Amino acid sequence: MAQSGPEKTYKEKLATGSFELQQCTGCKKHVFYPRVVCPHCGCDQLDWVKAKGVGTVYSTTIVRRKPDAGGDYNVALIDLAEGPRMMSRVVDLSPDDVKIGMAVKSRIAGSGEESLIEFIPA
Amino acid sequence: MSAPHSDRDLRGAVAIVGVGLAGCGEAPGWSETEIMAAAARHALADAGLNAQDVDGLVVASVNIFLSGLAIGEQLGIHPKFTDSTCVGGSSFVGHLMPAAMALQYGLCDVVLVTYGSNQRTGVGRAEGAKFKAILDPQPFEHPYKPFNPPTSYALASARHMHQYGTTREQLAEVAVAARGWAQLNPEAFSRDPLSVQDVLKSKMISDPLTVRDCCLVTDGGGAFVMVRADRARNFPKKPAYLLGVGAAHWHRQISSMPDLTVTAATESGARAYAMAGLSAKDVDVLALYDAFTINTILFLEDLGFCKKGEGGAFVSGGRIAPGGSLPVNTNGGGLSCVHPGMYGMFLIVEAVRQLRGETGARQVKNAEVALVHGNGGVLSSQITALLGTEATR
Ligand SMILES: [Zn+2]
Repeated sequence: MAQSGPEKTYKEKLATGSFELQQCTGCKKHVFYPRVVCPHCGCDQLDWVKAKGVGTVYSTTIVRRKPDAGGDYNVALIDLAEGPRMMSRVVDLSPDDVKIGMAVKSRIAGSGEESLIEFIPA
Repeated sequence: MSAPHSDRDLRGAVAIVGVGLAGCGEAPGWSETEIMAAAARHALADAGLNAQDVDGLVVASVNIFLSGLAIGEQLGIHPKFTDSTCVGGSSFVGHLMPAAMALQYGLCDVVLVTYGSNQRTGVGRAEGAKFKAILDPQPFEHPYKPFNPPTSYALASARHMHQYGTTREQLAEVAVAARGWAQLNPEAFSRDPLSVQDVLKSKMISDPLTVRDCCLVTDGGGAFVMVRADRARNFPKKPAYLLGVGAAHWHRQISSMPDLTVTAATESGARAYAMAGLSAKDVDVLALYDAFTINTILFLEDLGFCKKGEGGAFVSGGRIAPGGSLPVNTNGGGLSCVHPGMYGMFLIVEAVRQLRGETGARQVKNAEVALVHGNGGVLSSQITALLGTEATR
């Protein structure tokens, strides 16, 4: 067994500033979120590869929250250039201005174990 | 080599002969197991049976660990067949399949399926959500703080609007139709008048869904009793026969759903129709799991009542409301009747009552075939069943 499972390995890579996806050695498809077995072909040989860090907004919503609790915020689904989709948020613009089809690029928010991928307009 | 049996062997092989509800709306001071027990008692009485007649026990609960054992103990049932599979709100529709198989194979003779929840008046949902986040973390979604389930359904709604031009007004039509039916149902929780404008002007929860696009949060329980068809006519009430059932799931989290405008109901529905030898045009009354207004639109499309993308236009002009051409969610649905967390049970209870002809002002004339569609998770588990009267067997 590897030192850690795919989820922890992903987070450890992210904590060092590297956003990586898995790529299946069997069918060559990219996989996210990180898994033990490729969901496309069942192969358990998955390589870690650097994410391009670009994608498009597949869907978007504004979660409504009271201003004193921090106000409204965006939650979006991003289709990565490599194929997989992920949940994230698009920031650096008003949640109202996040639109389906918008080109976005990733950056790492937070640091260490709190590191998280978020997106800004490309 | 082909399988020795097929799903067709189960068509019409079992029937629901008792249904019951308990604690719908608010049931302060009642535990979940007690609500389950009360619902079970009502369903058994409806069938002219006692708990001691039950030898197959089926249950699902979000909160109660070992729920099947708890309700067996509570009711004094020593089952020969037991199943506590939880696939969210679709669970009780899903239970039709193993229950039918157990009955058909003679593993047991009387199956009781029961459910109860006190999520409105019991332990706070916010507290519960904190525990669930610890026990069942979704590390690739939770950090972004989706307000689930609404946010996941909002993402599906937004995509459907983008791809097909579906409007907020069309989503609102679903809530207005449900309310219209609820006004004909004395047991429904929300019966005040509701207009499209009311829905649009309500508090926004997760765009484009307002609080009126979201299901109720109530207490409540329900139960039903199943037997083999050969003895179904010996019970006090008209049997509702299981004609077809199919299940499918493709994802757990919304970020893993392949296409947010197409649900696994396309697959579960096809299987249920094939087993029953029926199609959408044969259905007289529908019970679709309307956790959110987008659900009804997606399921009408995916179950063949209209083309993909046309669900919004289809529900407009009161088509699925009382007086419309297609009766959907005649009890008022999860949007206006009852929603204790896993609504699938109430779909079945209403469908059976419609097939019996005992629903009063909301009765659909000549209801012979009912379609029940359960949804679990975030558009995740999809389970379709077709129930019918003696004439359809
Ligand atoms: Zn593969």
